[in-house]
Amino acid sequence: MVAAGLLLLLADLWTPAEHKRKLGYAAATVVLLILAWSLRYSGDTVQYAFNNMYVLDGLALFFKRFFLLAAAIVLLIAVEFSDRIETGIAEYYALTLFALAGMMFTASANDFSMLFVSVELITVTFYILTSFQRNRLVSLEAGVKYLILGGLSSAFMVYGIALVFGTSGKMNFNLIAPMAGELEGNRLFLLGILLVLVGLGFKIAAFPVQMWAPDVYQGSPIPTTAFLAVGSKAAGFALVLRVLFTAVPAITAHWTTFLVVIAIITMLYGNLCAIPQRNLKRLLGYSSIANAGYLLMGVAALSEAGRSAILYYLGGYLFTVLGAFIVICLVTRKMESEDVSALAGLNQRSPLLATTLALAMVSLAGIPPLAGFFGKFLLLKAVVENGPANHAYYWLVGAAIVGVVISIYYYFGVVRAIYWSKDAPDLSPIPISLPIRIALYVCAAGMLYLGLYPNTVVNAASQAVAVLSR
Amino acid sequence: MSSPLTYIILWPLLAAVVLCFVPRNYSFLMRIVAIVATFVTMLLAVKMFWLYDRTPFDADGFKFQYIRPWVSSLGISYHVGVDGINVGLILMGAIVAFAAACSGWEIRDREKEFYILLLVMSGGILWAFSSLDLFFFYFAHELALVPTFIMIGVWGRGERKNYATFQITLYLSLGALIALIGLIALYFQSGLHTFDIVQLLNQAKANPNLISPSMQGFIFPLLLFGFGILISLWPFHTWAPLGYSSAPTSTAMLHAGVLKKFGLYGLIRIALPLLPMATREWASIIAWLCLGNILYCGLVATRQKNFNWLISYSSVAHMGFVFLGIASLSLIGVTGAVLVMIAHGLLAALTFGLSGYLYHTTGTVEMKQLGGLLRKLPFLGGALMMALFAGCGLPGFANFAGEVTVFFGAWNRFPLVTGIAVWAGLVIGAVYMLRAIRNMLQGPLPDKWMAVSESNWPLRKIPYLVLLVSLLVFGFFPQLLSTRITDSVSRMLPAMSVNQPVVVRAASPQLADAKH
Repeated sequence: MVAAGLLLLLADLWTPAEHKRKLGYAAATVVLLILAWSLRYSGDTVQYAFNNMYVLDGLALFFKRFFLLAAAIVLLIAVEFSDRIETGIAEYYALTLFALAGMMFTASANDFSMLFVSVELITVTFYILTSFQRNRLVSLEAGVKYLILGGLSSAFMVYGIALVFGTSGKMNFNLIAPMAGELEGNRLFLLGILLVLVGLGFKIAAFPVQMWAPDVYQGSPIPTTAFLAVGSKAAGFALVLRVLFTAVPAITAHWTTFLVVIAIITMLYGNLCAIPQRNLKRLLGYSSIANAGYLLMGVAALSEAGRSAILYYLGGYLFTVLGAFIVICLVTRKMESEDVSALAGLNQRSPLLATTLALAMVSLAGIPPLAGFFGKFLLLKAVVENGPANHAYYWLVGAAIVGVVISIYYYFGVVRAIYWSKDAPDLSPIPISLPIRIALYVCAAGMLYLGLYPNTVVNAASQAVAVLSR
Repeated sequence: MSSPLTYIILWPLLAAVVLCFVPRNYSFLMRIVAIVATFVTMLLAVKMFWLYDRTPFDADGFKFQYIRPWVSSLGISYHVGVDGINVGLILMGAIVAFAAACSGWEIRDREKEFYILLLVMSGGILWAFSSLDLFFFYFAHELALVPTFIMIGVWGRGERKNYATFQITLYLSLGALIALIGLIALYFQSGLHTFDIVQLLNQAKANPNLISPSMQGFIFPLLLFGFGILISLWPFHTWAPLGYSSAPTSTAMLHAGVLKKFGLYGLIRIALPLLPMATREWASIIAWLCLGNILYCGLVATRQKNFNWLISYSSVAHMGFVFLGIASLSLIGVTGAVLVMIAHGLLAALTFGLSGYLYHTTGTVEMKQLGGLLRKLPFLGGALMMALFAGCGLPGFANFAGEVTVFFGAWNRFPLVTGIAVWAGLVIGAVYMLRAIRNMLQGPLPDKWMAVSESNWPLRKIPYLVLLVSLLVFGFFPQLLSTRITDSVSRMLPAMSVNQPVVVRAASPQLADAKH
């Protein structure tokens, strides 16, 4: 996998040389080839590299495949989107690949320095990606917001890492873990971990560092938003899992109530704020905060079931959100507005797009037989399991139920706009290119497959997280 | 061996998939596909009901079982099977599904989506009733519930349609999720790591303390109030009147008739045997709450001016009898509860179907504007009159058999509540039902209805005839159901106090006449 990452970087060096739109297809193909190649590996044996900074285990492999698949689809969206980017589309692909490389590193990070480097690689590329539409004010605004808040959270993180290193003298997760006994009472060390979590919370858009998400989601080019929503969030969760359960499992166990409270506030904030939204991307921004809250339930559950539920949920989330963004990208091509009303008459314009977006919304709302339902079921199940141990979990479950009920309201608002809008101004059919058509089928099939036959992915997820509870 | 239940579930769902590929303008073909699929399902259900007595029980007390693991690491499997409790419910569900599909003629736009949703709803609810796995039990119900919301939102009527849609969606989703938490907690507390209802039941039979009493006290209210919202248990019934009066006819028929019984079935199938201690503690609370349904909602029904609102409230009121039967915890009471569920399912489908027919004939169901319609609409009026008589518990209809059985079962435990319920059921029920008959069917015929006439097309009458005939068959021969139900309930409730002799046959009309 190290080689895979390097290969990717080499590919990046080569791509900007040519300025063709079709380069995106090539990049996507390369990514898919690497994905196919990664299937040869199994996560049974754990390998280390770079002085134990880099680990290749089941968890890393799961996330790497996840990122590769996400990046391939995002690249296809970028090709579709390229006519709206004035200059430097090849750079756009290259930067996407750089972000992908960063994500691949996060999946394997086993060391605080590696953690920081990989997170920065992602964040810095996203600074550029968010503001790529230079002539659009909102895009620039999104870039600036992301830059300022991202810089702030990076500063928090680096300060936290410094404190951790200062108190423990170690950077490696595996070496910090055995020192838990002596570090548990060390306030500086705890503060350090907390600050690292703040930095990671920024990536996953968790309360109280979620403010950027709606603005940045709304302003960024659509492929960037899609990659932020899926890749960046998943990278954050990969690191949260590593830090909390490899480096400081003993401390995490004391922080249950804290994690529960964060999860509750995050999901309620996201869901409540999403209600009045009319801009599709902004709506998905709030929805992404809400989903971060649901995913944090799995972290707060502190059990293997909870962690594997996170992986499963992310798997479903990938197909769901990317499917939604593909549709949004195609629908808004001709229009300046990204309003929900732009979806009017979509059912007549393109049944495939209508079906995919409706499936995505229904899946996000957590309705069977789609992936979102089973993911939420697993997360709730993991939390209820620990209910008797800590009654805060029941509050978490209660908040999750309220959140899901609220979310049904706004997701169905989108579905209604697709099928039952009264006046559709434009009924011209939407052309769909073959690669995008395939991507749409993949997303729809992924949602249905994960919902109807969750067995494979559930087993893969529980195998992947097994490394964390050794 | 695959089970007939699988086919009963699959026919509507497969038909829904087929409809996805039918071009939009072949609306007649879509209707035919929906009617044929539900008809086949109904025939299969009748056949299964017929074969039920001729098939031996499996060792665990169920018949026609089929198990296939789905997610083995979590103990989830596709498991269907019937016993006396759900065999009648599945038959009732299949009959109502057919009647609802036949009543879909009033839908004139977007028929494709309508029939797809209707078929998904039918398949989902039949699946929920036949599932012996907690996960799919919930999954299938949710599959059936969501189409309800969409159908009300899109094809509903009245100016408060949107409000009704959101109210019913949020309210019922909340109820379903609360029940889901209860079911998940049940899964963990049993310690068996299986969602299989049969395994849970067998373990609970062997060990009544399978779930510790304190956890029973925690899970039971979750199930009671979660399911209670779905069933419109007073005071969680407020979604029902507006929801039903806004719903298109077929949806109201399926939801009020079949889907609403899911929560009751869940209480009987899961809460009663698995949480026996908590059930006993909560029984008296349920009994008093059920008076809220019977008495309060009954009284509210007498004040209604809109016929749809009246039958919605009456349908809520009837749920009280089922709750009373469950609260009695006796063999006779629970048997009666299941009988009422089946009878009311057929009745609710019939009244909502006829009300929809009336609405599309006259354009209104405001009782003040109607009158004397029996002369102009002999079939519709006659069927409506019979339905309303069945609703106030006239002997000869299945409702009477069920309600009387519930009263017999509940008398020992709650004499006061039963006394009030009998009074309320007979007197209040008769007041509003008879008033509706007088206002709409008899009296002077307003001039504007001089021209109305009913369709001569015989097919339109079929759904109502099927439902009426079923009501009468089960009314005159309640033992068709009751022997099967009693047999399974007595297997299920060994822990309960079964202190009365079985006199379910007493619910036949002759004895009832003697009693009056």
